[in-house]
Amino acid sequence: MSDVAAPAPVSLAAPSAWRRATRSGGLALGLVLVVVLILVAALAKWVAPYDPDAQDVMMVLEGPASAHWFGTDAFGRDVLSRVIWGARISLFVGFVATLAGVVFGTVVGVISGYYGGKIDKAITAATDVLLSFPQLIMGLMLVAVLGPSLRNLILAIAITAIPAFIRVARGSTLAMKERDFVDACRALGYGDLRIMFLHILPNIMDEVVVMASLWLATAIRTESTLAFIGLGVPPPTATWGGIVREGFDNLLDGWWLSVFPSLAILLVMIALNLIGDGLRDATDPRAPQ
Amino acid sequence: MTFALDTAAPNAEAPPANALTVEGLTTSIRIAGRWFDAVRDVSFTVGPRETLALVGESGCGKSLTALSIMGLLPAAVGRVSAGRIVVDGVDMTAADEPAREAMRGDRIGMIFQEPMTSLNPVLPIGFQIAESLIQHRGLSKRDARKRVVELMELVRIPAAEERLDAYPHQFSGGMRQRVMIAMALACSPRVLIADEPTTALDVTIQAQVLALLADLQKQVGLAVLLITHNLGVVASVADRVMVMYGGDVVESAPMRSFFKAPTHPYSEALLNAMPRVDRATALAPIPGQVPTLPDMPAGCRFQSRCPLRVDKCAERPPLVPMASDPAHAVRCWVRAGA
Repeated sequence: MSDVAAPAPVSLAAPSAWRRATRSGGLALGLVLVVVLILVAALAKWVAPYDPDAQDVMMVLEGPASAHWFGTDAFGRDVLSRVIWGARISLFVGFVATLAGVVFGTVVGVISGYYGGKIDKAITAATDVLLSFPQLIMGLMLVAVLGPSLRNLILAIAITAIPAFIRVARGSTLAMKERDFVDACRALGYGDLRIMFLHILPNIMDEVVVMASLWLATAIRTESTLAFIGLGVPPPTATWGGIVREGFDNLLDGWWLSVFPSLAILLVMIALNLIGDGLRDATDPRAPQ
Repeated sequence: MTFALDTAAPNAEAPPANALTVEGLTTSIRIAGRWFDAVRDVSFTVGPRETLALVGESGCGKSLTALSIMGLLPAAVGRVSAGRIVVDGVDMTAADEPAREAMRGDRIGMIFQEPMTSLNPVLPIGFQIAESLIQHRGLSKRDARKRVVELMELVRIPAAEERLDAYPHQFSGGMRQRVMIAMALACSPRVLIADEPTTALDVTIQAQVLALLADLQKQVGLAVLLITHNLGVVASVADRVMVMYGGDVVESAPMRSFFKAPTHPYSEALLNAMPRVDRATALAPIPGQVPTLPDMPAGCRFQSRCPLRVDKCAERPPLVPMASDPAHAVRCWVRAGA
């Protein structure tokens, strides 16, 4: 009798999308970072060491120390607490604006791609016009017209996101509607609405989600940029871009004023891009294994 | 345990003798801005429990005939320019789109050539079968689910209950075609159009699926229009055969008399091009190829490839019953007299 060990069972199944996505660790790391940030923002009331708006004339422009990890600003406000509270606005604006842009853009894109013809031509032309403006200029114009407020900011950023999602959804729908299962749906007597949103939409969601995760980063960056140039949520509400801007006036006296909120923005950008890249690798069959 | 589908005819007062009647169907398609007749004056009927095979090579108009019946021609490039299509007593050509939509999947079902791609990859099988019941019969999700298990057992998918929530990629080609059949039959239609239902399957699976279709047909009283280019499939399941060439029906006959005495030169050539175990002679391919629609000759469309061509072929021959067998009709000047 030979005592050669039985060969270990070989898995012939392709690694799952989740395994492929998390193999490099980027997606997992990004998700952890974003979840932590969201938790910190949501629990700001308990996490933040100070009231973000409380001024302390005895502690003006103090550098980072054990009492104030990120230092204090020109009014003696705790920068760490302001960054934590600012995360609420920045993340909220980013998520809501992206969600609105995704929903509206995807619906319009699917309709455009599915029906084709004149509807498609009109929508595509409008999309091209919107896309010809740089995204930031577009947001700037909209906020300038609508006036700076939380609602208008969300609206403006959502509108800048819409054309990108129209384009992605339209393109995927064009490819999807030629598939056999769409003909099968028609042969079963399903209406256009059912085919578009119950059959085609779930098939294009992977691309939309990847795009959304990358757009989330863009939306948060836009919000920060608009706040930085003074078109964000009006002060004294803490937002990341606003804190960077306030710190600018005293940058020579206190580097920490702008550096810490900038690092917070950077951290979110990195986390969201890790997620976006990870999702794309997981859903793109052409991605290197 | 056998399960019987709901066989009651929806309009019990005057059940039409034929489940599907097509009269003088002419379908045009647009090529480079001009309309050409790709299906010319096609007429046939299919009764309950009957299988009519529509045979011909690619581009002969058999799939266009199916799409015309279903009302699924893409409007920009195809239209029914003449004729009448009556499904279960409802004139599809006169009906508007919502009415046709209500017929499709309910009174008339269709299965396709490619089971691998005809199912939605991101929706569970059980839901996809249930969907037409929810859409056409207004069943609740729970009732539909019960019916789906019955349907899956009917098409002999093992372990139906456990597979309700499985996705198409977890099924083999043969199993997927069974799912397609279950979807098409969910609402107990009277007519089933099967467009090359076994072409994409392995030969052994082909036989299983054909046997399944034949069984279901007997149980449910389904009228089947089978579209195929495989004469072997025709011989095993069809009751009647219609051969199409270039959009014309060139021969129409009961299955046995067709195989015993193929009459149109094209039918003859088709059978000679089919490998057979009882014949040692080399296969005889049909010379030349089907002319494209803009290049179709006037008169008989097969004349450019026909060994029996005579001058009269420049005129379009009528489809006439043969003297020896009135059920057997042929569209050929040379052979019609025989």
